[in-house]
Amino acid sequence: MNHLSLIIEREYLTKVKNKSFIVMTILSPIIMIALIAIVAYLSQINNNKERTISILDESGILKSSFTDTKSIKYRIIENSSLEDAKKLVEENEEYGLLHIENFKDINQVGEHIKFYSEDSPSLTLMSDLESKLEKQLTDLKLEFEGVDIEKIKASRMRVNIAQESFIGERTSKIDSVVKLIFGGLAGYLLFMFIIIYGNMIMRSVIEEKTSRIIEIIISSVKPIQLMLGKIIGTSLAGITQFVIWIILGGILMTLVSFVFGIDFAQSQSGQQEIINQAMQNPDVNMEIQNVMNAFYNLPITNLIIAFILFFIGGYLLYSSLYAAIGAAVDNETDTQQFLLPILMPLILAVYIGIFTVIEDPHGTVSTVFSFIPLTSPVVMLMRIPFGVPIWQQVLSLSLLVATFIFTVWFAAKIYRVGILMYGKKPTYRELLKWIKY
Amino acid sequence: MNNLLEAHLVSKNFGDFTALNKVSILVPKGSIFGLLGPNGAGKTTLIRIINQITMPDEGQVILDGESLKPHHIRDIGYLPEERGLYKSMKVGDQAMYLARLKGLSKAEAKSRLKYWFERLEIGDWWDKKIQELSKGMAQKIQFVVTVLHEPKLLIFDEPFSGFDPINANLIKDEILRLRENGATVIFSTHRMESVEELCDQIALIHESNKILDGKLTDIKKQFKTNTFEVGIRTSDKIILEQDLSQKFNVSPASFKSLGDELMLNVKLSETDVPNDLLSYLTSKGEVSHFVELIPSANDIFIQSVKNN
Repeated sequence: MNHLSLIIEREYLTKVKNKSFIVMTILSPIIMIALIAIVAYLSQINNNKERTISILDESGILKSSFTDTKSIKYRIIENSSLEDAKKLVEENEEYGLLHIENFKDINQVGEHIKFYSEDSPSLTLMSDLESKLEKQLTDLKLEFEGVDIEKIKASRMRVNIAQESFIGERTSKIDSVVKLIFGGLAGYLLFMFIIIYGNMIMRSVIEEKTSRIIEIIISSVKPIQLMLGKIIGTSLAGITQFVIWIILGGILMTLVSFVFGIDFAQSQSGQQEIINQAMQNPDVNMEIQNVMNAFYNLPITNLIIAFILFFIGGYLLYSSLYAAIGAAVDNETDTQQFLLPILMPLILAVYIGIFTVIEDPHGTVSTVFSFIPLTSPVVMLMRIPFGVPIWQQVLSLSLLVATFIFTVWFAAKIYRVGILMYGKKPTYRELLKWIKY
Repeated sequence: MNNLLEAHLVSKNFGDFTALNKVSILVPKGSIFGLLGPNGAGKTTLIRIINQITMPDEGQVILDGESLKPHHIRDIGYLPEERGLYKSMKVGDQAMYLARLKGLSKAEAKSRLKYWFERLEIGDWWDKKIQELSKGMAQKIQFVVTVLHEPKLLIFDEPFSGFDPINANLIKDEILRLRENGATVIFSTHRMESVEELCDQIALIHESNKILDGKLTDIKKQFKTNTFEVGIRTSDKIILEQDLSQKFNVSPASFKSLGDELMLNVKLSETDVPNDLLSYLTSKGEVSHFVELIPSANDIFIQSVKNN
C-alpha cells in the first residue's frame, strides 16, 4: 500500500509539474473563451448590420404585411417597372428586391412572388418573408371567402399537455430536454475524460518502457501496483486539470463579458429576440417555470451518486485497457491497431446515447447497451436522468465492476509480460499467450 | 547456512520456448558469483525469477534459508542490463523515489543518498535532469540506487557496459568494498576479464541448461591440460625438439622473449611430473621460461559452449 501511494504521488507530481501540462491547463480555457468571445462578437456585429429590402408590390394587397425590425428595413417602391426597381436596389446596395405581380386570383399572386438579390439570400430571412406573406394571403383569402377572421382568431385553442408519472411526479416536454442535456453532458464528459487521460496513461507506460527504467521499478514493486498507481495518479492529475479549467473558464467568462461587454447569450441572437418577445407572453412564463421544475424534478441525488460511480467504473475500465496497450507496444505509432477496438465501443456508446436514448430512453437498445460493460457507463449516465429503476443501475454497476476486475487482471497480465518485451510489435495471438505466462 | 541463495531445479517456459531447464545454483555467502552464458541462454530469466519479476514454472528459490517471499525484495539490489531512468525527472527526486520504493524512509533515503553522491563525486547533479547527463553519469546514479538500501544480495547484469575505464574501475572497487562489508554479489557478464578479476564462483548457462558450475579455481584445475610453456636456449634446437616430441606431445608456442630460444608447448600425460620435465630441460640448456598454461575463463567459456 505504501508503494502504491508513492507511485501515485510521483505520477501525479510529474504530470502536474510537466510544462506542457501546465501550459495546456492555462491556455485551453483562454483559447476556448477567446473563440467563444470572437464568435459572439462577430455574430453581434452581423446582427447589428441593418439590411434594407425593397418591395415592389404590383398587386397592392401585400405591402401592409411588412413592418420594420431592428435588423431589417422594408422600403416600398411605388409605380416603377421591375427593371427600374432592380437598378435602384443595386445602386443603393440594398439587400434585395421582393417582386409581387398583380393577378386577380389570390392563389396566383401567391404563386408568382420572386426575390431578387446579388447573393443568394439567407435561409432564415426567406422563411421569415414566406411566413409573413402566407399569413397575409391566408387572411385575404379567408376574407374573400367571407369568413370572419376575428372569429377564427378568437376560437384558436392552445393545448399544453401536462405530464405526470404514476407516482405523481410532474413532468413536461421541457423536462425531457433538460434531462437530455444533463445525461448528454455526463456521458460526453466521461467520453472526453477517457480519451484524454487514457492516452496520457498509455503514453506514460510507453515512456517507462522506452526509457528502460521499468525493470528497475519492477524489481521493487508489483506490476499491478505500478499500473494502478499510474491510473490513479494520472486520473487525479486529470481531475485537477478539469477543476482548474472549470474555475478558470468561469472567471474568464465573467471577466470577458464585463470588460468587452459581450453578452454570451447574445451569440444566439435570433433566439434571443424570440425569447424577448415571448417574455411578455404568459405561456412562456409557464415554460420557464417548467424548466425550473424540470431541474427540481431530476433525480439529483441518484444522478450525482450514479455519475460518480459510473464515471469511476467506466474510466478505470478503459484506462486499464489503455495501460495494457501501452505495455504491449514499444512506441506510440504501434498503438493504432489496439486502440481501434477500444474506441469502437466508446464511440458506439456515444452514438447510442445521442440517437437512441433521446428517442426512447427505456427501449430495448438503450436498455441492453446500458448493461454491456464497455458501453454502459456512457449510455447509463445518459439514461439515468429519465429515471432508471435502482435495480437496473445496481445490476449494470455490478457488471461494470466485475468486468473492471477482470480487465485489471487481464491488463496486469499483459502489463507484467509486456513491459519487459522490447523490439517487436505483438499480435493479438501473442497477447493471449502472454496471459498464460 | 553457508549459501545466501539457492535455486533448486528452476524451470521456466514461455509458451513452447524453454527459457530455463531445471537449473540449480548455489551462491555462498560473501562470494562474488559469476553467472555466465551466451546471449539468450536464460541468465536474465533466472535473475528475474530471483527478483520475483517472473515466477518459475517449477523449482524453488531460497534466500537466506527462506523460500522467496515478497518482503525479500528489500534484501536484493538489482541493476538490470536494460536500465534507464526517467528522462525528465530531476536526479535527486528520482533517486529519492527509487530509494523509497525499496522501503527506505524519506530522511534515511536522503542522508544515504547524500553520502553516496559525495562518495562518487556527483553531489552537484542533484537538481539536474537525466537528459542533461551522459550515459555513464546516469549509470553511476543507477548504481547508487541499486546499492543504497544495503541489500544482502546484489545482482549486477553487465554492470560495466557504458562506463569508461576509470569509472569502470571505480565501480569495480565499490563492488569489492561492498563484498567486504558483507554483501553477496551475483554478477552476470560477457566480459571474461572482469570474471577473472572478480569472481570466486561461476555458473555457466547455455541454451537454458546449466552446463558448468563451481569455484573458479576448481574449474580451472578441471580444465587444465597439463601443458607447459617452455623456453630454452640451446645450441641445437632441432635435436632437442625431436627428443622432446618423442617423449611428450609438443606444439610450437609463442610468447614474448629476447628471441633466440626454442619456444614450445609441452603437454604432459597424467603420470608425468613437471619437475622431471624441468630437470630434463635444465640438463639440455638454459631454461628461460617455464609456465603452466592455466585456462582463462574465456577459454573455459568458449570450450564448454562449443562442446555442448
